[in-house]
Amino acid sequence: MTADSAGLYLHIPFCARKCPYCDFYSLPFTEEGAQAYAGALLRAMKRVAEKGELKRFSSLYLGGGTPSLLGAYRLACLLEGAARLFSLSPDCEITLEANPGTVGADMLKSLRKTGYNRISVGVQSGVDGELAALGRIHAAEEARTAVLSAYNAGFDNISADLMLAIPGQTGESLGKSLDFLKSLPLSHISAYLLKVEEATPFGQAGESLILPGEDETADLYYACCQTLEWAGFSQYEISNFARPGYESRHNLGYWRCLPYLGLGPSAHSFFGGRRRFFGRDIKSFVAEENPLVLFEDDGPGGDEAERLMLGLRLAEGFDTAALKEKSAAVLNRAEILSRHGLCGISDGVISLSRKGFLLSNSAILFLLEGLE
Amino acid sequence: MAYNELIRNFCIIAHIDHGKSTLADRILELTSAVSERDMSDQLLDNMDIEKERGITIKARAVRLEYEAKDGKLYVFNLIDTPGHVDFNYEVSRSLAACEGAVLVVDASQGVEAQTLANTYLAVENDLEIVPVINKIDLPAADPERVAREVEDIIGIPCLDAPRISAKNGVNIEAIMERIVEGIPYPLGDENAPLKALIFDSFYDSYKGVIVYVRVMEGTLRKGMEIRMMGTGAEFGVVEAGTMGATSLFPRELLRAGEVGYFTASIKNVADTQVGDTVTGVESPAKEALPGYRKAMPMVYCGIYPQDGAKYPDLRDALEKLRLNDASLGFEPETSVALGFGFRCGFLGLLHLEIILERLEREFSLDLITTAPSVIYKITLTNGKTVDIDNPTNYPDPATIQKAQEPFVAAAILTPAEYIGAIMELCQQRRGIYTDTKYLDADRVEVRYLLPLGEIIYDFFDALKSRTKGYASFDYELSEYRDSRLVKLDVLLNGETVDALSFIVHADNAYARGRKLAERLKEHIPRQMFEVPIQAAIGGKVIARETVKAMRKDVLAKCYGGDITRKKKLLEKQKEGKKKMRQLGTVEVPQEAFTAVLKLDD
Repeated sequence: MTADSAGLYLHIPFCARKCPYCDFYSLPFTEEGAQAYAGALLRAMKRVAEKGELKRFSSLYLGGGTPSLLGAYRLACLLEGAARLFSLSPDCEITLEANPGTVGADMLKSLRKTGYNRISVGVQSGVDGELAALGRIHAAEEARTAVLSAYNAGFDNISADLMLAIPGQTGESLGKSLDFLKSLPLSHISAYLLKVEEATPFGQAGESLILPGEDETADLYYACCQTLEWAGFSQYEISNFARPGYESRHNLGYWRCLPYLGLGPSAHSFFGGRRRFFGRDIKSFVAEENPLVLFEDDGPGGDEAERLMLGLRLAEGFDTAALKEKSAAVLNRAEILSRHGLCGISDGVISLSRKGFLLSNSAILFLLEGLE
Repeated sequence: MAYNELIRNFCIIAHIDHGKSTLADRILELTSAVSERDMSDQLLDNMDIEKERGITIKARAVRLEYEAKDGKLYVFNLIDTPGHVDFNYEVSRSLAACEGAVLVVDASQGVEAQTLANTYLAVENDLEIVPVINKIDLPAADPERVAREVEDIIGIPCLDAPRISAKNGVNIEAIMERIVEGIPYPLGDENAPLKALIFDSFYDSYKGVIVYVRVMEGTLRKGMEIRMMGTGAEFGVVEAGTMGATSLFPRELLRAGEVGYFTASIKNVADTQVGDTVTGVESPAKEALPGYRKAMPMVYCGIYPQDGAKYPDLRDALEKLRLNDASLGFEPETSVALGFGFRCGFLGLLHLEIILERLEREFSLDLITTAPSVIYKITLTNGKTVDIDNPTNYPDPATIQKAQEPFVAAAILTPAEYIGAIMELCQQRRGIYTDTKYLDADRVEVRYLLPLGEIIYDFFDALKSRTKGYASFDYELSEYRDSRLVKLDVLLNGETVDALSFIVHADNAYARGRKLAERLKEHIPRQMFEVPIQAAIGGKVIARETVKAMRKDVLAKCYGGDITRKKKLLEKQKEGKKKMRQLGTVEVPQEAFTAVLKLDD
């Protein structure tokens, strides 16, 4: 394990309002809750530092939830704590997820000064009707303001989330959203296809939720990829696009099977060859003097099947050399995919095409069978 | 009084659901062969499937004692018979073990095709028929009409037949007295050379095969050397005795006229064929009893485990079933599409279904079956004739001089209003009309020659649905007739799937091919690549459908490092895939193989 390449994730499980499609762990925001929770995170970081297993991080990511709800002071404390307890690399990527309507210009300036160097804004759509259907609290103009404020505060690495295949979305409305994004000073865009999770209001909505069909969804995805590429964002992962040099280091760590430590309820970790996680229970996390005792084991990680599954999500692809004698079987299968335009093969590296990305589950399963 | 004068050997014959098993239970109760406490409902049918389907699959027999009104104690041997055309031969052998038959007719349903068929069988075997009218407790019961019907249609006196309710135990004693009075006692010389008729056998893991016999002549003794006259196999009798309702009662000997069992350390029911004659090795009978023939499978299909690793389990299961069922034949077979499996032969479609159900239920096997096939006789241009029971072995059409397929003589009994519908159905199935007979003002027997290949799929279901369930149906193998046959192949992604090929009459090939392609399209999910489905005869494509390529199958969302969740989702998808058959690069769900068997709407 190269310690420098580890990522640190802090989960902030608070939201102003729960979006009806979201099944991430989050709770209504309260000042007291936020205060106690920030303390618990600091405590957890301290315990990790004492243990000494993980010391050096090259990325820090505050995700949620809506981390920006914590406010500039608590966010500063958390970053300051991490920097004090661990060794953060000089070029450490420090990301804060922020939702429009929860960050102002002053706060952003303060965050930038504290050391945050990347902002990920939950824009989701440039069309107000779609934002309303998604249950978002913001309108497109507020998203624009948030991005511009961040830019003006000195952030040069700003990412926006965009959702695809959402209720009411058409090629035309997606075009509007993409135009909207292109008009902003962004270095990175994550474009996710909506997945309806069962335990959400969307999942329970049944027939009343009208979503684009499989063919329309595919068309939306291709249109999105193509437009972003033309706008100078190259696709480096199934759902992620960046201007050159602005790929998210933290997220790349997940796909490259690098170690990461996730703190907070529902956060996942991978280090020392094992995957582990905290249960979706903020009370225990806050109450526990040593939150690390709450770590639950999630089995071994990082085997070749996992590396293949994760690596193929990236445009850079997966180098079959790592599979040694099993590489031939996997490459034979890749040949079949390649004949149908689902992947490319170059010097033993398999990389999915855009068509392959969109069929990645089937394609990955098909290749994984070569390992059996 | 000689011992045999107090014996009555009889069976009960009835149409499905007319109450045979319930009546048997009442008789058992009345003769206190089994205490009520021990009675589970319908004792004679002790397999689950029999209970569920309300039919008796294998014959059983039981010895009962009844004190009649004349004050004498009689021995009743009640021999149960299977109630389905697939088992006609077994029925005939059970009947041959009896002197009489109790004919049960439902007081509301009246005479049905099976009632007729079984009664004819009984009459052919010179059995004395004792009719009873059952289910008089039903609101729709009309015993007088039904009695007249029996007299008119079957031609036996029935007006004074006991009216009973087997369900409620009403008037059962009247039947017992009729059995004593009406059914002749068995004849036969206990000192003559032994001739015992095998009418059933089953495998017991402790004693080996237990053989049920009716001694026709001579005496069967414990310890004697015996020979099966049909198969030539010889054994020493280890145990002989009679059958109680729940256990066996060993005895030293069985004399002419008696019904009982013996064991002889026999390992395989194939050595104890139903209908064979048991004789003594020392002083053998000159001639065997008439009527013996080897069980002949009429329907064949391939049976494959869904999970290839279960092949040995399937073999073990089939071997276990064959211990008890000499008519079940199987040989290893390989299919490119389905891997290793077995080609199995059955007496008929019900027999096939029963075996499949038992394999799945009793042995927990998940199976794929190929389309059932009959045996076609193909004469080649070189003059040789070959039997084809597997489409895979169908010869090159250029080498075929003549093709023949088996026909059955079918009798359909129906209310007159459905004649049109039935004729239409039979016509569709390439039936050749024989005749129509009015049994009474409303009841008609329609007779057709039908290709067996056309009735092994779903003829019975089609018949029932067109006649609101009123028609009943019986058939027997008739003859081979010249036919124009073709082999229909299915190609997925350009490759022939051997397991989906079948032999079909040339006139039906286009329609079947189109339907088959449509059905497959419905059952094959979209996959990464477009899948062309073609139905072809020889090299000629006669139908084509396409399963469009899937376009989206992706986990796009970033789950904050929750890799396990992604893995689990993939695992789930993989489980789903396991239920699929991989044919080249095409994944075909198991149900597609069975869905194509039911092509008629």
